[in-house]
Amino acid sequence: MSNHPDAKNPPRSGSPSDNTAQNLREKRRLSAPMTDEQARAVLARRSRRGFVVAASALIAGGFGLRGLLSPGGGGIFERSRAFNEQLGRKLFDLDSSAPEFSRDRAEEPRVNGTEGLSDGFDPDRWRLQVTGLAKAQDFPQFASDLSYEGVVENPLAEKFPATPAAGLLLSLDEIKALPRVEMTTELKCIEGWSTVVHWAGARFSDFAAKFPPQAGTDGGGKLPPYVSIVTPDRGYYVGLDMPSILHPQTLLCYEMNGAALTLPHGGPLRLVTTAKYGIKQIKRIGRIAYTETRPPDYWAEQGYDWYSGL
Amino acid sequence: MKQLENKHPLAVRWLHWINFPLLTLMIWSGLLIYWANAVYRIEIFGREIFHFFPQKFYEALGIPFQLAHGMTLHFFFMWFFALNGVLYVAYTVFTGEWRALVLVPGSFKRAWLVTLHDLHLTKTLPPQGKYNDAQRIAYTTVIVMGFGSLLTGLAIYKPLQLAWLTSLLGGYEWARAEHFILTIGYVLFFLVHLAQVIRAGWSNFRSMIAGDEIVEVAPPAPPAPAAVSVIEGESNR
Repeated sequence: MSNHPDAKNPPRSGSPSDNTAQNLREKRRLSAPMTDEQARAVLARRSRRGFVVAASALIAGGFGLRGLLSPGGGGIFERSRAFNEQLGRKLFDLDSSAPEFSRDRAEEPRVNGTEGLSDGFDPDRWRLQVTGLAKAQDFPQFASDLSYEGVVENPLAEKFPATPAAGLLLSLDEIKALPRVEMTTELKCIEGWSTVVHWAGARFSDFAAKFPPQAGTDGGGKLPPYVSIVTPDRGYYVGLDMPSILHPQTLLCYEMNGAALTLPHGGPLRLVTTAKYGIKQIKRIGRIAYTETRPPDYWAEQGYDWYSGL
Repeated sequence: MKQLENKHPLAVRWLHWINFPLLTLMIWSGLLIYWANAVYRIEIFGREIFHFFPQKFYEALGIPFQLAHGMTLHFFFMWFFALNGVLYVAYTVFTGEWRALVLVPGSFKRAWLVTLHDLHLTKTLPPQGKYNDAQRIAYTTVIVMGFGSLLTGLAIYKPLQLAWLTSLLGGYEWARAEHFILTIGYVLFFLVHLAQVIRAGWSNFRSMIAGDEIVEVAPPAPPAPAAVSVIEGESNR
C-alpha cells in the first residue's frame, strides 16, 4: 500500500476520486427512453406476474411442505438419508481419526438413557453371545445353545429370539485378553452435548480378527455389511455398518476414567466409538451378531437416522 | 423522459427469493435441533441476562421434542441452501455483479456516514455506486456468514471424517457455538434488511420482483472521467 501513488495524499471522503462505483467499473443496464406512464405500465405488468408466481409457489410450497414437515414426512426424506449415508460412507475412505485429549480433561458423562438396563442383572453371570461367525464350532467357546443362567429378558421384546442360533459364549476375561487400548475422546450425544471421557477396552477390529465373521454372501470372501448388538434383556439394540465398527477408535469398552465400567454406564461391556453418536454406543452388550441384513435399531425406529455417522 | 434501469437480473431475483424460505427452514429445523441441548446464554459478570431461548418461546412455536425431525429436515434442506448460495456467488462472479457488492477501501468510513444519515443525524450521503457502503458491508458479510455456516455445519456434522476442519474451528463445542452465533447473525441481518427495505420504499422493493426501477433519462454519456456525475446524481435519489 505504501508505494501506492495516492498513499501520501489519500482521497477525502466525498471527493470524486473516492467514488467506488467508478473505481470498480460497475455497469448500468438501462432501457430505451420512454414516458413515465409506459415505464409504470411495464413494471406493473412485471410485478403482477412476479406476485402471481410467488403466490402459486407459496400455495404449492405450503401444501408440499405440510406433507414434508409433518413428523414422518414423505419418502423423500428416506432418499435424502440414503444419499447422506452414501456420502458419509465415501468420507470414511478418508481414514481419519477423531482428536484425542489429554487424560486430565476426562469427565464423568451423563447417564442419559437406561433403555435395555433392566433390574436384576448379574454381571458375574454375564456372558457375551456372538453369532454369525466363520467356523464357530472350531472355537473352544462354541455353544450350540447360547442361553446361560442369570439372563433377565424382557418378555415383550420379540424383535430378537430369546436364544440366538449357535455361536460363542465369551467371558469378560476373553475380551480383556485382546490387546488393551486406551483413548481419551469426546463422547458426542445426538442431543448436541459432548463430554471428554477416558476409555479402555479392546478394539472391535481386534475382536473381529480373533473371532472372524462369516464371509458375506456376495462372494469374494467379503465381510458381512452389518453388525447387530443387543442388550441381554433385548430392550435396547443398535445396528452398525462394518466400516464404522472396524474403525480403530471403536472399542469394546470395559473401563471408564480408570475404573471398571459401572452398571449405569454400561458395565460390564459397552461399545464406544468416535464414528457414531452416543445412541449407537450401546451399554451392557448382551450379544453381537454379524449379519447380512440391516439390523433393527432402537432410535432409528423413533425417527432418527439409522446411520447416524460422524 | 424516463427509462428503466435493471437493478436485479432475473437470476438474482430467483436466487434471492428461493433463499428466503430455504434459510427460514434451516433456521426452523436448527431450532428443533438446538432445543435438545439449549445451553447458550448471555452473561454479564456471571449473571445470566438472556437464555437462548425462553421456555415460552419454545412452547409458543411448538418446538419441543422434535430433534429427530429437525435433523431430518436440516440434513435435507442443507443441500438446497448450499447449492443456492453457490449459484448466487458464481453468478455474481461470472457477470461482474460482485463489483457492486464487495467491500472496497474506505467502505467502513463511508458506511459510518451512511449510518449517521440513516439515523437522521446528518443530512448528506457519501458517494456510492449501485449500493452504498453500509450495504456493501452487509451483503459481503452475509455471504461470508453463509460460507461460515457451511463450514461450521460440516464441522459438527462430520467431526470424525472432517476432524481437521473441526479442529481448525476450535473443536466440536466451539464449532457448534459458531454455527449458532452465525444463525443469530442472520436473524439480526434480516431485521435490519427488513427495516431498510420498508424505509427505501415501494420502487426499491418492486425492483426485487420486477427487476427494474424507473429513473430519469441520463444525459448523453460524457468522456470517461466525467462519468462521475451520473453516479452522484443517482446517489442522491
